[in-house]
Amino acid sequence: MARARVVLALAVLLAAPCAPARAQEHETPAPPTNRWSFAGPFGKFDRGQLQRGFKVYREVCQVCHALKLVAFRTLADPGGPGFTTAQATAIAAEYQVKGEPDEQGDVKDRPGRLADTFPPPFPNDQAARARYNAVPPDMSVIAKARGYERGFPRWVGDIFTQYQEQGVDYITALLQGYKDKPPAGVTIPPASFYNEYFPGHAIAMPPPLTDNRVEYTDGTPMTVAQYAKDISAFLMWTAEPHLEARKRTGMQVFIFLIVLSALLYFTKKKVWHAVALHPEELKPRPPTEYPRA
Amino acid sequence: MSGHPSYQPQSAFMRWMERRLPIGGLIYSSFVAYPTPRNLNYWWTFGGILAFMLGVQIVTGVVLAMHYTPHVDYAFDSVEQIMRDVNYGWLLRYLHANGASMFFLAAYIHLFRGMYYGSYKEPREVLWILGVILLLLIIMTGFMGYVLPWGQMSFWAATVITNLFSAIPLVGESIVTWLWGGFAVGNPTLNRFYSLHYLLPFVIAGVVGLHIWALHMVGQNNPAGVEPKTEQDTVAFTPYATIKDSFLLAVFCIMFAWFVFYIPNFLGHPDNYIPANPAVTPMHIVPEWYYLPFYAILRAIPNKLLGVMALGASILILAFLPWLDTSRVRSARYRPAYRQFFWVFVIVCIGLGWLGSKPPEGNYVLFARIFTAYYFAFFLVILPVLGKIERTKALPNSISESVLREGKPIGAPAPPPASAKV
Repeated sequence: MARARVVLALAVLLAAPCAPARAQEHETPAPPTNRWSFAGPFGKFDRGQLQRGFKVYREVCQVCHALKLVAFRTLADPGGPGFTTAQATAIAAEYQVKGEPDEQGDVKDRPGRLADTFPPPFPNDQAARARYNAVPPDMSVIAKARGYERGFPRWVGDIFTQYQEQGVDYITALLQGYKDKPPAGVTIPPASFYNEYFPGHAIAMPPPLTDNRVEYTDGTPMTVAQYAKDISAFLMWTAEPHLEARKRTGMQVFIFLIVLSALLYFTKKKVWHAVALHPEELKPRPPTEYPRA
Repeated sequence: MSGHPSYQPQSAFMRWMERRLPIGGLIYSSFVAYPTPRNLNYWWTFGGILAFMLGVQIVTGVVLAMHYTPHVDYAFDSVEQIMRDVNYGWLLRYLHANGASMFFLAAYIHLFRGMYYGSYKEPREVLWILGVILLLLIIMTGFMGYVLPWGQMSFWAATVITNLFSAIPLVGESIVTWLWGGFAVGNPTLNRFYSLHYLLPFVIAGVVGLHIWALHMVGQNNPAGVEPKTEQDTVAFTPYATIKDSFLLAVFCIMFAWFVFYIPNFLGHPDNYIPANPAVTPMHIVPEWYYLPFYAILRAIPNKLLGVMALGASILILAFLPWLDTSRVRSARYRPAYRQFFWVFVIVCIGLGWLGSKPPEGNYVLFARIFTAYYFAFFLVILPVLGKIERTKALPNSISESVLREGKPIGAPAPPPASAKV
């Protein structure tokens, strides 16, 4: 009883300091959670969505954001957007990448090959800053480099629900979180935009998406909401290109470990049975008292 | 311990070997015939789990080192290269990164088990101190490993932690420069951290050897806290302990696999996927979860030097536990008052961990101070005094007796369910 009282007292004490933290969080709403085809233990990327997301990247994001860790060849890898090698080769050839020195020692640009990575839009950070007053981050792993505080007790539940999509949910929300004007009483620095979900709300990136900006030919709605989801899914793939293999292997490992644990458990029971001390062996009891099941 | 059959080599080769290098006999006496108390519960399986995790970390780490580049310009990208282009590189890296967390989880359970059952008491003081040295070593190794991916958290964790040494009067600044190998955290720092991160696990393996040697010298403690007296009190390590350890190890691996395959980044910080940038400080610099209680203690003290001393003392104080605890009874089972203080201590440690993840402001600091005070009072006041005044329960005469007494219905059996009555 005494322990229970102590625990209760501690719980009350611990709850008290949560109040100021919650007040701060109120300013930045938590991004809404979306349904993702790649979530959960059986998650797989939606090939169509990855290809649409790639299209959004090429027609919108690519102007400013690099994908320097992503090689063209991976576009045709299993578990990715599902392009054929021929398609990936053709995509690579559309890019001009920095070539190798020729006999005269001159370095010229040449069309990209499968082994090349996406060429960066700026030669260096200074060039980007001179143009945009900010350095657009490389997007290769951005889906894992962004997130938001889940807060207690949700983060505990996330262990069991396998929620790992903070990054993509945040990016999806951010892309739709622009407001034409900051709320009354809030001022943001010049050359920045008000975004509900961005920490501090003043983001240097202008609203990148508008309805019908990227043409989808498969009948998928051409809305900002859809674009935001598709590019986020694509960025999840660039950040975690082996996600499908990981989850598939995981299931195999799981089945193996569960069977192994069960076998070990019963072996353990059998082995230990031989040395179990049974009270009833030392203290005989009347047979009626313990009916045998 | 006598009474157990000694090693009889079965093959001609092993007989030949045994006369020259008795390794078969060593293995037999250490891991087969070695008598273990029969009443060990599942909390005793974490030593084996830790040995397994050390093996996992060394094997995955050695392979990762084949692909990793310890240079500030390439480290981050080389880790991503492992994730993308090395066969099963994602598996190696996620095993290694989550393996560190599992290692600490098992180490903390192992440590709390030792505290609950008084495993540090005479004659196991050296065994315990070796354990504290191992804790220090894994803390250092884990920290240096976290720096290697050279993300934002890596860089700033290295900056914050190495800067702690600047609190030392007079020579502090010089020590920090010496640690960095320059005037800021940079390439020399990364290189030496990599070198030490590769070295220390083998030091850990050596100390684990000593830890096991000391263990086999004094024998295992057990939940009853009374030493084995008769043959009936012990069982052979193999098959009894091995099968029990194997079962829980497999269950532990299920949890490990859950993290590795399904939520591999749950225990990490998103900022560490941003390449290190000395010009941009992250909003909150937080260490990995397993350092949070110590981090909370550090920040609870307003003076930097005293904070650093408290941080060091919070770990080193464990080494003095065998002498701070004055009780003659080992197991908390027979120490009702100690048991309550112990569980409050566990809650305080978890609470400190939570506070370590919060910004050091307002009530968080207040509670961190209260909890830090309890942390130290537990060792310096409660344990020494409690041992003198506590009224302990009667100890069992032997392990066998405690097994039979363990809340089992010897005297007053529960009535059978009504349906069973015929």
